[in-house]
Amino acid sequence: MTDPNTLSPLDLETPDKTFLDTNELVINMGPQHPATHGVLRVILRLDGEKVLGLECVIGYLHRGVEKIGENRTYTMFNPYVDRMDYVAAVSNGLGYCETVEKLLSVEAPPRAQYIRVILTELNRMASHQLWLGTHALDIGAITPLFYTFRDREEILKIFEKYCGARLTTHAFRIGGLQYEAYDGFEKDVKNFVDFVKPKIDEYEELLTTNRIWLERTKGVGVISGKDCVALGVTGPVLRASGVKWDIRKALPYANYKNFDFEIPVGQNGDTYDRYIVRMAEFRQSLRIIEQAVEGIPAGPIMAKVPKVMKPPVGEVYHSIEAPKGELGYFIVSDGSTQPYRVRVRPPSFVNLQALDVMCRGQLVADVIAVIGTLDIVLGEVDR
Amino acid sequence: MNEFLQQYVFSYLDTKGLTPGGAGNIFWATVYILLVFGGLSVAVIAMNWLERKILAHMQVRLGPMRVGPHGLLQPIADAIKLLLKEDIIPAEADKIIFWIAPFIVVLAAFTVFVVVPFGPTHAITDMNIGILFMLGVSSLSVLGIVTAGWASNSHYPLIGALRSSAQMVSYEVAMGLAVVSAIMMTSLETGTGTLSMIGIVQAQQAQGVWFVFKFFPLGLIAFGMFAIAMVAETNRAPFDLPEAESELTAGFHTEYSGFRWSLFFLAEYSAMIAVSSIAVTLWLGGWLRPFPGVHGPSIAIPHIWPPADPAAPTGALDFVFALCPGISFLLLGAMCFYNVQRMPKHPLFKIQTMGLAGFGAVLGLIGLIMFLPPVRDRVEDIFWFSAKVAGFMYLYIWYRGTFPRYRFDQLMKVGWKVLLPTGLALLILTAIVGMHADLWAQITGGGQ
Repeated sequence: MTDPNTLSPLDLETPDKTFLDTNELVINMGPQHPATHGVLRVILRLDGEKVLGLECVIGYLHRGVEKIGENRTYTMFNPYVDRMDYVAAVSNGLGYCETVEKLLSVEAPPRAQYIRVILTELNRMASHQLWLGTHALDIGAITPLFYTFRDREEILKIFEKYCGARLTTHAFRIGGLQYEAYDGFEKDVKNFVDFVKPKIDEYEELLTTNRIWLERTKGVGVISGKDCVALGVTGPVLRASGVKWDIRKALPYANYKNFDFEIPVGQNGDTYDRYIVRMAEFRQSLRIIEQAVEGIPAGPIMAKVPKVMKPPVGEVYHSIEAPKGELGYFIVSDGSTQPYRVRVRPPSFVNLQALDVMCRGQLVADVIAVIGTLDIVLGEVDR
Repeated sequence: MNEFLQQYVFSYLDTKGLTPGGAGNIFWATVYILLVFGGLSVAVIAMNWLERKILAHMQVRLGPMRVGPHGLLQPIADAIKLLLKEDIIPAEADKIIFWIAPFIVVLAAFTVFVVVPFGPTHAITDMNIGILFMLGVSSLSVLGIVTAGWASNSHYPLIGALRSSAQMVSYEVAMGLAVVSAIMMTSLETGTGTLSMIGIVQAQQAQGVWFVFKFFPLGLIAFGMFAIAMVAETNRAPFDLPEAESELTAGFHTEYSGFRWSLFFLAEYSAMIAVSSIAVTLWLGGWLRPFPGVHGPSIAIPHIWPPADPAAPTGALDFVFALCPGISFLLLGAMCFYNVQRMPKHPLFKIQTMGLAGFGAVLGLIGLIMFLPPVRDRVEDIFWFSAKVAGFMYLYIWYRGTFPRYRFDQLMKVGWKVLLPTGLALLILTAIVGMHADLWAQITGGGQ
C-alpha cells in the first residue's frame, strides 16, 4: 500500500515507456462520465489496465457557498447548506443550526431535538440507500438501484409530509423547528421502520454473499486506519479501517447520548468492509429511530431566539456525523447580523483525497468501485 | 421453359430430408435466406422489447408503457429514431475503417445462421463442417470490434476493443473444448462422428437422449462450460467488460451513433441468438421435442393423427407435443385479451386497446392455423428450436438483472484457470467413458 506521506505527485506531461515499449496511457475520466457521481474529473495514468496514479480535478460545481454565507444573515444562509450534500440535506441543516445555536448559546428544546434525530437518521438511511444503489450500479449490478430507490421514496414521502420538500428540505431552524410534527408522524415513521427492515435483508441477499460482488470488493481500495487518520478521512470509510470514531458517540450532540446504539467497525479497510459497515449502519439508524419515536417528549419546538440574530463576537467550530463523515462548520461572528466567515469542512471533499492512495496499483475497474465506495457528492466537494 | 421453372420451384418439396442448400436448389435457398434473416430481425426487435420488459419487472418498474399498448411499438419507435439520427464520424477517426467496422460485425453475426438447423429440412444449407463454420465465422466479429475501437481514435473505445479481443480469444478456447466433447458423443452408436449441425441433432435422435444428459454429469458439465463461455463470447453481463458503461462509457462503440450504432446492437443480439443456437443444437437436442425417446401408445384420430409422413412417429406423446406450438400461440393471444380487459377505460386508450385486441387476435389465429395437420407437422421442429433459444435469451436477461460485473483480471482467471483445465479434463474423461460406454452403462445401472 502507498504511504500518503511519501506519495509523489503525478507527472502527466511526459508518459514513461513501459516494458512492452508502449507509452503509458493518460486518460481523462469525467467530468462527463456515468460513474464519477457528478462532475468529478479524474486524470488517470495507466499502464494497460493498471493504475499508476491519478489526480482529481474538482470545482466544476463550485457555487461559492461559503462566500454567499458572508453576505446573508444567519437565517437566510440556512437553506443554502442544503444544496451542498443534496442527498443528506437534513444532516447539513442540523450541523449548521447547531453551530449557530452554539454561537448564540441557546439549545433546542427536547421535543425539537428528538424530531431532529428522527429526521437526520432517516436522511442517513436515504443517503446510504443512494450510495448502495449507485455503488452497486458502478460495479455492474443494476438491480439494487431500483430496490433502494423504491424504499428511499418512502423516506422522501415522510420529508415531504413534514416540510413540503423532498430533497433540499430546510427542515430545521436555528433554535429548533419551524413546523410541529404533522398528525400521524410517529405512525408513519413506525410503519416505515417495519417496512424497511425486510428490505435491507433483501439488499443484502442480492449482494453480501454474491461471488462476483465478493471478488470485486474484497481487497479493493484498501486503506489503513493510520492513513485514514493522516488524510483526515472520516465516516464509514474510517470505521471500515478499524478506527472506532463516530462523532455521535465521541462528541455527542443533539441528544444522541440518550440513545442506545453501536458503532459498526470493519477490519480490513477494503471496499467490502465499507459495504458491510454501511449495511450495519442501516440497522443502527433504525434502532435510533425506534427509540426516538417511542420517546418523543411533549413541549415547545422552538427555543427563545431573537428575530434578528446578532451573535456575540467570537468563533465556533461544531461538527456532526453526517452520513458521509465528519461535517463541520466554522463560523466567525463579528457581532453583526451576517457571519464574518463561514467555513465548511465537508466529508466528501476530505475523503476524496484518499482516492489516489486507494487506487494506485489497482485496475481501472477498481477506480470506479473506489469512487463509489467513498460515497462522494460533488455538490459538497466543490461547494 | 415454364415447365422447367415449375419443376425447379417444386423440386425442393419433393426431396425429403434435404435442406434447400443440400437439394442444390438456389431458389429455395434464397427463400430460406430471406425467411431466416427476416425472422432474425423480428427476433431482435422482439428481444429488445422483451429485455426491457423483463428487466423492468425484475427491477420493480414497468418498462416501456407509452408507445403502443404495453410499449409493444417501442422497438419500432427506437428503430425510426436511430435511422433518423445524425451519423457522426469523429474528425480524427480513420474514416474508412470506422465505416467498415460495424458491417464486419453484422456480417459475422448473420452469416453463421447459414448452417443453423431449425429442423431436419429447415435450414439454409447443411455443411459437413457446420459447427466449425459457426465457431470460425462468429469469432470473426472480434475483428470488427477491434477495428471499431482502433478507428475511433479515442482512449475509451481502444481499451474496450483490447478488452474484448482478449476476452473473446480466451473464451473461445474453453468454448472449443466443450464443443469437442459434444462432438465426440455423436460418434457413439454409429461409430462415425459428424460436424454437421443437422448430423449432431440426428445423432441425439438416434441415441434417444439430449447430449446434456449423456454420461451424466459429463454432458451437463460441458453444457455448463459452454453456457458460461457463450455469455463471455457475446460480451453480455456479467462479462460485459468491453462495453462496461460505468467504466468505459460505452466501450468500443462509444464514438458510434445512429444507424452504425444500431448495427452493433443488431449484431450483439443476433450473436446471442447464434451462440444459443449452437448450445441448443449441441446439447439440448436442437429441434427435437423434450423426451425424444418416449412415444407412448400408438393412437389414431381420423384426419388428424397420425401425420401424413409414414416415417413419422405415431405415439400419443408425439401428438401432445405436436399440439404445443398452437397451444402456446393461443395462450399468448389469451394473454393479450386478458390485458385488453385490464386496459384503462378511458377514450384516450381506445386505439391502444383495439390494437392490443387485434394483436391478440392475430396471435390466436396463428395458433389456430398451427393446429392444421400439414402446418402442424412442419412447424413443430421450428417451434421447439425457437423455444429453447428463447429460454437462453431469458437466461441472458436474468444474468443481466442479477450479477455484478467481473473485473478484467478475474475474467481472465475464470477463462484460463478454471474453464480451460476443466475443459481439458472433461475432454479426456468423455473420451475414456465413450470408449467404454458399455462399462459406464453397467456402473450407472443402464442410465444414459
